[in-house]
Amino acid sequence: MSIQIKVPAMGESVTEATIARWLKKEGDAVKQDEPLVELETDKVNVEVPSPAAGVLEHIEVQQGGTVSVGTVLGAVKEGAAPKAEAKADAKPERRAEAAKNEAPKAKAANSTPPPPPPSVRRIAEEEKLEISSIAGSGKRGQVTKGDALKALETAKTATAAAKPAAPSAAQGPRPKAEREERVAMSRLRKTIALRLKESQEIAAQLTTFNEVDMSKVMGLRAAYKDGFEKKHGVKLGFMSFFVKACVAALKEIPGVNAEIDGDDIVYKNYYDIGVAVSTERGLVVPVVREADALSLADIEKTIGDFGARACDNKLKLEELLGGTFTITNGGVFGSLMSTPILNMPQSGILGMHKIQNRPVAIGDKIEIRPMMYLALSYDHRLVDGREAVTFLVRVKENLEDPQRMLLDL
Amino acid sequence: MADQFDVVVIGGGPGGYNCAIRLGQLGLKAACVDARGTFGGTCLNVGCIPSKALLHASDLYQMARLDFPRFGITGTLGLDLNAMMAHKNKVVGELTKGVEYLLKKNKCEAIVGEAKIAAPGRVTVTTKDGTRELETKNIVIATGSDVTPLAGVTIDEKQIVSSAGALSFESAPPRLLVVGAGVIGLELGSVWRRLGSDVTVVEFLDRIVPGVDSEVAKQFQRLLEKQGMKFKLAAKVVGVEKNGAALSVAIEPAAGGLREMFEADAMLVAIGRRAFTDGLGLDAIGIKRDSRGRVMTDAHFETNVDGIWAIGDVREGAMLAHKAEDEAVACAELIAGHAGHVNYDAIPSVIYTYPEVATVGKTEEELKSAGVAYKVGKFPFTANARAKSNLTTEGFVKIIADAKTDRVLGVHMIGPDVGNMIGEASLAIEFSASSEDIARTSHPHPTLTEAIRQAAMAVGGWTMQM
Repeated sequence: MSIQIKVPAMGESVTEATIARWLKKEGDAVKQDEPLVELETDKVNVEVPSPAAGVLEHIEVQQGGTVSVGTVLGAVKEGAAPKAEAKADAKPERRAEAAKNEAPKAKAANSTPPPPPPSVRRIAEEEKLEISSIAGSGKRGQVTKGDALKALETAKTATAAAKPAAPSAAQGPRPKAEREERVAMSRLRKTIALRLKESQEIAAQLTTFNEVDMSKVMGLRAAYKDGFEKKHGVKLGFMSFFVKACVAALKEIPGVNAEIDGDDIVYKNYYDIGVAVSTERGLVVPVVREADALSLADIEKTIGDFGARACDNKLKLEELLGGTFTITNGGVFGSLMSTPILNMPQSGILGMHKIQNRPVAIGDKIEIRPMMYLALSYDHRLVDGREAVTFLVRVKENLEDPQRMLLDL
Repeated sequence: MADQFDVVVIGGGPGGYNCAIRLGQLGLKAACVDARGTFGGTCLNVGCIPSKALLHASDLYQMARLDFPRFGITGTLGLDLNAMMAHKNKVVGELTKGVEYLLKKNKCEAIVGEAKIAAPGRVTVTTKDGTRELETKNIVIATGSDVTPLAGVTIDEKQIVSSAGALSFESAPPRLLVVGAGVIGLELGSVWRRLGSDVTVVEFLDRIVPGVDSEVAKQFQRLLEKQGMKFKLAAKVVGVEKNGAALSVAIEPAAGGLREMFEADAMLVAIGRRAFTDGLGLDAIGIKRDSRGRVMTDAHFETNVDGIWAIGDVREGAMLAHKAEDEAVACAELIAGHAGHVNYDAIPSVIYTYPEVATVGKTEEELKSAGVAYKVGKFPFTANARAKSNLTTEGFVKIIADAKTDRVLGVHMIGPDVGNMIGEASLAIEFSASSEDIARTSHPHPTLTEAIRQAAMAVGGWTMQM
């Protein structure tokens, strides 16, 4: 029986993909869940597993084709064996009994290819190619020099394609083409544009502001940063405090950690915090899972790892999916105040900003304190003003007095 | 009651006996039927093996005569042709017995007699004791090939011989005319030239060893001519007359023209071989054959009749013992329900003259006509230390690789012992290796195989020892 291979749902923010390459040829034996084809999405590459064990019957969309969720990529013939075996099976009466009983099952392609030959090892080392990401055409999937060279070429073409396209012919009342630059939108940029606009159209967004005195957190950090780094091997930054402060506030105001699904509100009793990371390609939001159960050190490590891998485009799709709340930090670029846009279908997003020494009234005195404006954009369909403001005040309090978090206040 | 088998293999050559052995290993009850009386087919009885025994012996003789003084070895030398033939016969005897032993060891019944396929699933064997009926689920036709006759020429195997007769001349004919500059003609021509014959080779085409890379073929012809072999290319033998003890052979240009008479004491007809299916009764059961009489099969060696298979020289492809052997294994495995496969691009071919010629994969001509962009790397044995030490510096190694992927597409060698070196090249092609892979693989020093490595380096432009 033939089973269609369809583009799986790749997460809420991914709707379209390009066929990066087929990992199997027509007629190849495939195991259930063995990767068949690699899709390139806006964010990461996704492998589509075989829906059944059998033989890849046909390929519908070739390499380079654009597909969306649900598109039929090809078909797997369930239970079929590779051609030679199928032939023997077709006329079983001819086969001797002894052999029939001992006939081995069709050997599906080995999932771990043999070690690469010396030429491929050299190319991989010189060109920083990941051998395991290259589909091998050799015996038992071994990567040949030709495969490696092709992968190298594909990588280079991709880089070249990302460069600006030539400007189109001049338009308008006066020639200005020379002073314009016209570039094709990258897939990631298109998606960002679409998603952000969609967010504004669907949610009833508004933003509430507050400010936080960072003295305590900064003091804590100054006091313990050496010991912390020595013990955990990672610098103690501000992000972990903000994640913790938000998790504590989310526990108190569950609406900010909820989403609307049709006529229902889904409250999430887990705290997967998305952390916006800016890369050359655009903004990505990897998710720190179960942030409530993580230590400050764990959070710092996770975020550090995300940042490094985001720059290399090595984040996995599953790491970008399913956050319940997002934190974005415009402060790293110097922003003093902003209104973040919701990362749908989430209901809240916290905007961090630049820490700046400002005169503030403490009691009856004016003091210079390191201050940061905080912004919370929220979906007013789900979150009332009281909740939103309370949430932000709680975040402020947790940061101004981190001991509150220790005591779970 | 008829004897029951899973498979009856007809023919006891490298195709047939290896098929039977593999079937036995896979637990099937197989019989191997051969009419000759000794197993091993043409290869063991009147082909590869006896010719190699004579090629080696005559090569040693020539080496003792010509090369020993250069190594400082002196003495008087004699030739006892009878003893040389006895050695050959002994080797053949031992090896054919060896095949019978292997068949027995793998529980295959070896039957001596003429087989006829009475019907699908039924083989009638005429033995010296009478007729045996064999009932079987499968039949494998592995009856091989025999000598293609030359129009107007009757082979008597004494004076006008085929390859079989040329293995048993009682003395070296003073003047030997070889018809056909293919592998067999040049190997046996070499044997008798070394043993004293004046050898002239007539070839219909304008080149020797058709199918071999032409650069190799040209060098090969030059070296053979240097040894004293003469060539009449683009010429054909149109008739032969016995003229007392001698032969008068009429030769004409292939394109037509003036006839020339050639005097010879013996003539070897080696213009090729053809599929042998006489007496099998293929027409009666409707087995399809092509225009050259070869049994047609699908890619899995099965004929148009269910349960009847064919392998080796009797079907299409190169007439090589190891090609038959490869098909034998694949066919046996397919019959047993496994996934047998033969990679025809990785089947090597060797000419056992001196120097030897060994090739595997595509030639430059084939790649040119297919429009494939390629790169060539060459290395001569004159620059190989071991070849110099051995005084065997004739020839070169040539490696052809895909211009883009560097994958090795063909390896063509002429030189000392290259027949024993080609296995490495076959392995490289079988495993889709690039020339760089060969170049980066350690080769022992000092050996002739270093020439392969250096030629591989030459593809990438970094030959180090030249």
